Amino acid sequence: MEIGREGVINIVVAVALLAIPFAAVVLDETFYITLATRMAILALAAVGLNFALGLGGLVSFGHAAFFGLGGYAAGILATHAFNAEPLLLWPIEILGSNSMPVIWLTAIAISALVALPIGAISLRTTGVYFIMITLAFAQMIYYFAISWPAYGGEDGLSIYVRNGFPGVNTLNPLTFFLICYTLLIVALFLFAVFKDSRFGAALQAARQNETRVAAVGIAPYRIRLAAFVISAAIAGLAGALFADLNRFVSPSMLSWQMSGELIILIILGGTGRLFGPVAGAMIFVLVEYFLGGITERWQFFLGLTLLVVVLFARGGFIGLVAGRTRHE
Amino acid sequence: MTLALFIEQLLNGIQLGVMLFLMAAGLTLIFGVMGLINLAHGSFYMIGAFACAAVAAATGSFWLGLAASLAAAALVGALVEMTVIRRLYERDHLDQVLATFALILIFSEGTRWLFGSFPLYLDIPQVLSGTIDLPGGSRYQLYRMAIIGVGVAVAGGLYLLIARTRLGMRIRAGEADREMIGALGVDIRTLYTVVFALGAALAGLAGAMVGALQSVQVGMGEPVLILAFVVIVIGGIGSIKGALIGAILVGVVDTMGRFLLPQFFISFMGPSQGTAVGSALASMLIYILMALILAVRPSGLFAAKG
Repeated sequence: MEIGREGVINIVVAVALLAIPFAAVVLDETFYITLATRMAILALAAVGLNFALGLGGLVSFGHAAFFGLGGYAAGILATHAFNAEPLLLWPIEILGSNSMPVIWLTAIAISALVALPIGAISLRTTGVYFIMITLAFAQMIYYFAISWPAYGGEDGLSIYVRNGFPGVNTLNPLTFFLICYTLLIVALFLFAVFKDSRFGAALQAARQNETRVAAVGIAPYRIRLAAFVISAAIAGLAGALFADLNRFVSPSMLSWQMSGELIILIILGGTGRLFGPVAGAMIFVLVEYFLGGITERWQFFLGLTLLVVVLFARGGFIGLVAGRTRHE
Repeated sequence: MTLALFIEQLLNGIQLGVMLFLMAAGLTLIFGVMGLINLAHGSFYMIGAFACAAVAAATGSFWLGLAASLAAAALVGALVEMTVIRRLYERDHLDQVLATFALILIFSEGTRWLFGSFPLYLDIPQVLSGTIDLPGGSRYQLYRMAIIGVGVAVAGGLYLLIARTRLGMRIRAGEADREMIGALGVDIRTLYTVVFALGAALAGLAGAMVGALQSVQVGMGEPVLILAFVVIVIGGIGSIKGALIGAILVGVVDTMGRFLLPQFFISFMGPSQGTAVGSALASMLIYILMALILAVRPSGLFAAKG
C-alpha cells in the first residue's frame, strides 16, 4: 500500500505526540506530560466528533454534552466507590466503581443512550436548525447539571484518587498518558476502518448528495443516527478520561464553549482528515499554553487566529501541509 | 400562591419574552435575508449594555446612554459586516459558526481589555423608577412595564418597516430571491450592511435595557443568545412573526416554570427534594418545549422557507 504525503504527515503527528511525554521525562519537566495527555484526550473527543462532522457533515454544536456526560459518569461512579455508597439499591443494586474499564464502558453506554433520542430528534432537521438544536440539547443538560445539587451542582465534583486500571499504576503520569494515547490510536484505527467501509461510504455519500443516496435505496436518516451515536460514545469516553486527568468534573465540561472548542480542533487540523483532530488538538493546547504564558488576553488572539484560519486557510493544518484531497 | 403574584410572574415572563424578541428579530432577519447564522449576535447585546453604562456614567443621563447603545451596536455591526461577515455569505454554516465564534472571543476579550473584569452598574432612570398598581393589590416595577412597551413598539415598527417601506420591500425581495433583486439594480451589499446593522442595533437596545436590571458584564450576551436561538428555532428561522410568538412563548414558559414547578413538586415531595426536582426540571423546560415542537414541526411553527 502506498502511504502518500498525508500518510507521512499522519505518522509524523502520531510520533510527535508520543515523543512529548518521553522528552518531558528526559528533561524532568513532568508538566509537559499533562499537556500531552490533554492533547491526546481532546484529540480523542474530536476524533469522535469527526465521525459526525467530518464524515457525515453533521455540524453538532452540542458534543460537549456527551463529553461532559462521560466526565460525570467517571466522577459519579468514583465518588460512590470512594464513599462506599451504592449508586442505586432498587430494583437492582448498583455500586460505584474506581476501575477505568468499568467507568469507560459506563461512559460510552450513557453517552450513546442519551445521543440516541437527541440524534433522533435533531436529525429530523438539517443545516442551521441542526446546529441550533444540538446546541440547545447540550444547554439543557448543562442547566440540569447546574441545578441538580446531588453531584456538586455548579461547583462540580472532585475525584479524590485517580481511578485505577488493572495491572498498571495510573497515578504515574506517563502510564496515564500511554493509556489515553492507546485509546486515541484505537479510535483513529476505528475511524479509518469506518471511513472505508460500506457504511462509511454511504454516510459520506449522504453528505455529498442526499437525493442520490436516497435514489439508490439507502435511507440517510438511520446511517446518520448511527454515526451520531458512535460519535457521541467516543466523545463520552474522552470525557471520562478528561475527568480522570483533572480529577474534577464540572458543568463547564458541558458548556457550549466546550462544544465550540471541539469543532475548532477539527477545523484547525483539517475537516474529515484522519489525523486532523490530533493535529488540531496539539496546536490548540500549544497555543493555549504558550499564548496563555505570554498574555492574559490570549483568547483575543486565539479568536483572531481562528478567524484567519476560517477565512483564508480552509484546509486546516493537514490541508496546508498535505495538499487538498481529491474531492475538494 | 396569590393572584397578584401570579400576574407579576406572568408579566416578568412577558418582559423576558419581549427582550428575547429584540434579540431574535435581528437573528432571524439576518438569517432570512443573508442566510447567515450569527453567533456573535450576543456580543452586540453586550456592546449595547456597555455603551449605555459607560455613557450614562459619564453624562449622568440614561437616555443618552440608550442612544449610545443603539449607535455603538449599529456601528460595530456595520463595521463587522463590512470586514468579516461579508466574506461568509457564500460559505457553509460550519464556517459561519466558527468565524462568528471567533468574533465572540475577540469581542469578549476586547471588552474586558477596555472596561476591566468588574461588572458595571446602570441605574434605572428617575422617571421610570416607580411602581404601578396591579389588579389584586400588588405593585409592579414601572421600568419592566416600559420594557414591555418598548418591545411592543419595536415589533409594530418592524412590521411597518418590512410591510410598508421601500427598505422593507427590498428586505422581503432579498429573502425571496437575492439574485433577482441584484439584477434589478438594488445595491445588495449596502442592503446587507443595513440589515446587519439594524439587527445589531436591536440587540444593543435589548442589552442596554436589561443592563439596568442586572449587572453589565462580559459574557452577558451568550446565555441570551442561546435562548434567542431556541426562540427562532421554535418560531421558524427567517420569520419575524415566528420570532415574536416564539419569544413570548419561551419567556412565559421559562418564567412560569421556574415559579410554578418547584411549588408543584414541593406539594407532594417535601421542601428540599421538591425544590431540587422542580428547579432542575424548570431549567430544562424550554428545551423540552423546543424538542416537542420540533418533533411535530421540524422547521418551526412559522417556517418562512419551505
